[in-house]
Amino acid sequence: MTTTRLPSFSRMLRLTRPNREDAIAFAILSGLAVLVFRAAEGAVAPLSSLNLEPVTLAPVHLPYYALRTVLRMFAALLASTVFTLVVATLAARSRHAGRLIVPALDILQSVPILGFLTFTVTFFMNLFPGNVLGVELASVFAIFTSQAWNMAFSFYQSLRSVPGDLEEVCQGFALSPVRRFLRLDLPFATPALVWNAMMSMSGGWFFVVASEAITVGNTTATLPGIGSYLAMAIQQQNFHAVGWAVGTMALVILAYDQLFFRPIVAWADRFRFEQTASADAPQSWFHDLLRRTRLLPVVLAPLATLGRVLLALEPRARRQRVVVDGASNPWLERLWQAGVWLGVIAALGWTGHYVLTSLTLQDMAQALGDAMITMVRVIVLIVLASLIWVPLGVMIGLRPRLAERVQPIAQFLAAFPANVLFPFAVIAIVRFGLAPDVWLSPLMILGTQWYILFNVIAGASAIPNDLREAAGMFGVRGWQWWRQVALPGIFPYYITGALTASGGSWNASIVAEVVTWGDHHLRAHGLGAYIADATTAGNYPQVALGIAVMSLFVLGFNRLVWRPLYAFGERRLRL
Amino acid sequence: MATLLPPQPLIEVKGLNHFYGPPPGGHLVLENVDLTLYQNEVVGLLGRSGSGKSTLLRSIAGLIHPRQGTVARIASEDCPDPSVAMVFQTFALFPWLTVLQNVELGLEAQKVPAAERRSRALAAIDLIGLDGFENAYPKELSGGMRQRVGLARALVVNPSLLLMDEPFSALDVLTAETLRTDLLDLWSEGRMPIKSILIVTHNIEEAVQMCDRILVFSSNPGRVVAEIKVDIPRPRDRLDPPFRALVDDIYARMTARPADAARPREGVFPGTGIAMVLPHVSTNTLAGLIEEVDGTPFNGRASMAELADSLNFEIDDLFPMAETLQLLRFAELRGAELLLTPAARRYAQADVDHRKAMFGEALLAHVPLAGHIRRILDERASHKAPARRFRDELEDHMSPDFASETLKTVTNWGRYAEVFTYHEDDDQFSLDDPQ
Repeated sequence: MTTTRLPSFSRMLRLTRPNREDAIAFAILSGLAVLVFRAAEGAVAPLSSLNLEPVTLAPVHLPYYALRTVLRMFAALLASTVFTLVVATLAARSRHAGRLIVPALDILQSVPILGFLTFTVTFFMNLFPGNVLGVELASVFAIFTSQAWNMAFSFYQSLRSVPGDLEEVCQGFALSPVRRFLRLDLPFATPALVWNAMMSMSGGWFFVVASEAITVGNTTATLPGIGSYLAMAIQQQNFHAVGWAVGTMALVILAYDQLFFRPIVAWADRFRFEQTASADAPQSWFHDLLRRTRLLPVVLAPLATLGRVLLALEPRARRQRVVVDGASNPWLERLWQAGVWLGVIAALGWTGHYVLTSLTLQDMAQALGDAMITMVRVIVLIVLASLIWVPLGVMIGLRPRLAERVQPIAQFLAAFPANVLFPFAVIAIVRFGLAPDVWLSPLMILGTQWYILFNVIAGASAIPNDLREAAGMFGVRGWQWWRQVALPGIFPYYITGALTASGGSWNASIVAEVVTWGDHHLRAHGLGAYIADATTAGNYPQVALGIAVMSLFVLGFNRLVWRPLYAFGERRLRL
Repeated sequence: MATLLPPQPLIEVKGLNHFYGPPPGGHLVLENVDLTLYQNEVVGLLGRSGSGKSTLLRSIAGLIHPRQGTVARIASEDCPDPSVAMVFQTFALFPWLTVLQNVELGLEAQKVPAAERRSRALAAIDLIGLDGFENAYPKELSGGMRQRVGLARALVVNPSLLLMDEPFSALDVLTAETLRTDLLDLWSEGRMPIKSILIVTHNIEEAVQMCDRILVFSSNPGRVVAEIKVDIPRPRDRLDPPFRALVDDIYARMTARPADAARPREGVFPGTGIAMVLPHVSTNTLAGLIEEVDGTPFNGRASMAELADSLNFEIDDLFPMAETLQLLRFAELRGAELLLTPAARRYAQADVDHRKAMFGEALLAHVPLAGHIRRILDERASHKAPARRFRDELEDHMSPDFASETLKTVTNWGRYAEVFTYHEDDDQFSLDDPQ
């Protein structure tokens, strides 16, 4: 072991003189560390402390609230990452596990997360009675459910597309499963995982706002955080406070983007699987700063050591290669299949029994009818958003300099929780006496339309220059230009954006169809309102029914509309 | 040279049969392959793509397990525990590891202590001529340098047998030549820790230049059809008459028809009837080939070697074209020569419409799948048939990849000959303009 320690020790000696970058980096990092501890203290306090120090609207407290919120989000991100690494790896490595996990993830991605809150808050509060931790965990879990499924799904897909020749190298050198995971699977999947984590984090904001101040039946829990601050500001109709909250949120998003995600994206670029160096590698000033420091590598060394210890503990690689036999025991196979079917039937029966005993046929009819209304809304909104953002996105995407500036703004807007802006809509609707059924609808797509915009921008910038030149040379313009050049060029990208936007809009309907500003309550008809009302009333069977119906609709939408369109785009229009 | 000891076997392959597709059944890719590799020799597996030579290599490497047969590593006094390492056509380097880390990978898996690992890796890097590139990432290197890394990574684990899967075919001609020469120098100077090399290639000249023994593979299914000893002293010169003569001889053997006459004439491609796997050869290429052979230097009769030279093709590219002509009765492969039939010579002189007509006639007469599609379209009142049904039919006989390529090929030929057409949008075959 001494031989391995020597180099790092001599490196230590050489690195003892810190430089200017060290000073800056340490100032930033120690500041962050202090903040984390400060926020963590509050998270394990007894539940009564929530009542002793109720959330107030004084802007002085906002930084602390923001801190608590951010800590929750990162806790959820950490949990999602661990979940992803374990579950997705299991699904990719074990055929049996994969058959259960993959469809489950696929469905969970379509389940409206906000509906979960009802059940989880009760569950977690009972888990830690009398402590803030229970409520904290419920909030973290809400964010977790918005991130984990698609992160795991993306990681699974990466694991399934590991290049065959590299797999053969690992097999040829008889790499142990642990080493293979660390050397091949994890690095290969990292860029997609980081990108997905970033997008999930954006999505998480939406649920932070909704999950910090929640009332389920007669249980009300208000955690200190931006979300509950905002909820209180809305309740008290305090415009200034709403403004403060929105501003703080923007600053926080900017900060973690610059200090956390940009450096990680820049770092993860090395794992991109390509044999040629790309011209425009992602840049991050903080990553560059950290790289120039001298002490940081020494501080991070324990992490590398962790990996080394993990590898040192593995059994010595067997020389004889394991023969992977395709045919396993047919009886075990049959037993397994029978078990799965039994489980499915039991679950169906149990759910059916529960629904039939606690719900009437009228409930079902209402849920389905409401779902239809919400579906019409989603369709109309996607069409409207497309009509606006596709032409604009194409215009922007074809101008590289403009696209460079607009793209980050569009991504920021997608990350920004649109529900904080809902009160303004309520005021307008109340002032002008508009119909809530129509005018509450745009709120559903307020936050999700940006996915269409930035995907279209990306698609338009990817249209090859020679195609545009050819079109220009033959004088192709007007509708023909859109029909034959622009629209086919952006189609696969547009579908990706529209799919995300449509799924997000369904989800957003739960908060967008019932909106409050002080004592003004506006309600539109729809499945979102159905679930929201059932949640407030603490009617669990109705919540469950609402969630199930919504999942069914989202799943059906994906399967019958978006996937075929996506497959068509992949087949015919991929450049 | 002076030793009279009998050659010491290193690897023994016996009765290898391998199929693609789920058992039982599937597409036979290796048929009854026996092979013994001895110490101190370079052996070449020469054959066309799809002849199963890479499958054999991977069986020896232990990467795949053949349905039947054994691969045994023979221990001996000076080689108590024979091991293998492989060099890949695609280099197979980890883009996130440096050159040094890539080379250390195999040692790491064997739990070699760090210090020894480092010194052995550096020695291999030095040997293979990569000094100075230790900290480079693969994407910073040229193709030749990348393959050197692949070679160093294989050599550093001290394998008894070095397996090379078309190691130079992804490189440009000059780079490939440099790498080959460097490898041969290291081999003849005995500076590599290996006992033998087994190299898979489809390049005849490469095989003759590098190997002591060449095993010629036939395709569909892959079988060893000839074993050729190369006695030309090293270093070998490509322009040397014995070298040329051997290359021509191997061309002839590779074009030779299978000995057993029981095989149907269509047997150049695997499968019979509509189950025949058709290679993706475009009609333009076929027309070009007919014109070339019909033209002045050849006058309707060309040796495959000369033809490959004059067209700047690899033998691997040329064979499917020549065999397609044979299938359509536009040419005959006789020994190492390609002979145009009278029909083909008329084709060469015909105008576009006549060419199409002749091609269509040949297509319907000699390509069973084309005839089958046309018959079904004729029978139906709508003159339409979903492509799905033919795809399913083909997939009963071959892997989905082969089925899709075969259908693509026949679509292309049918469109050119205007005997039927295909619509991508609704995935249907049809007779577009019924006469």
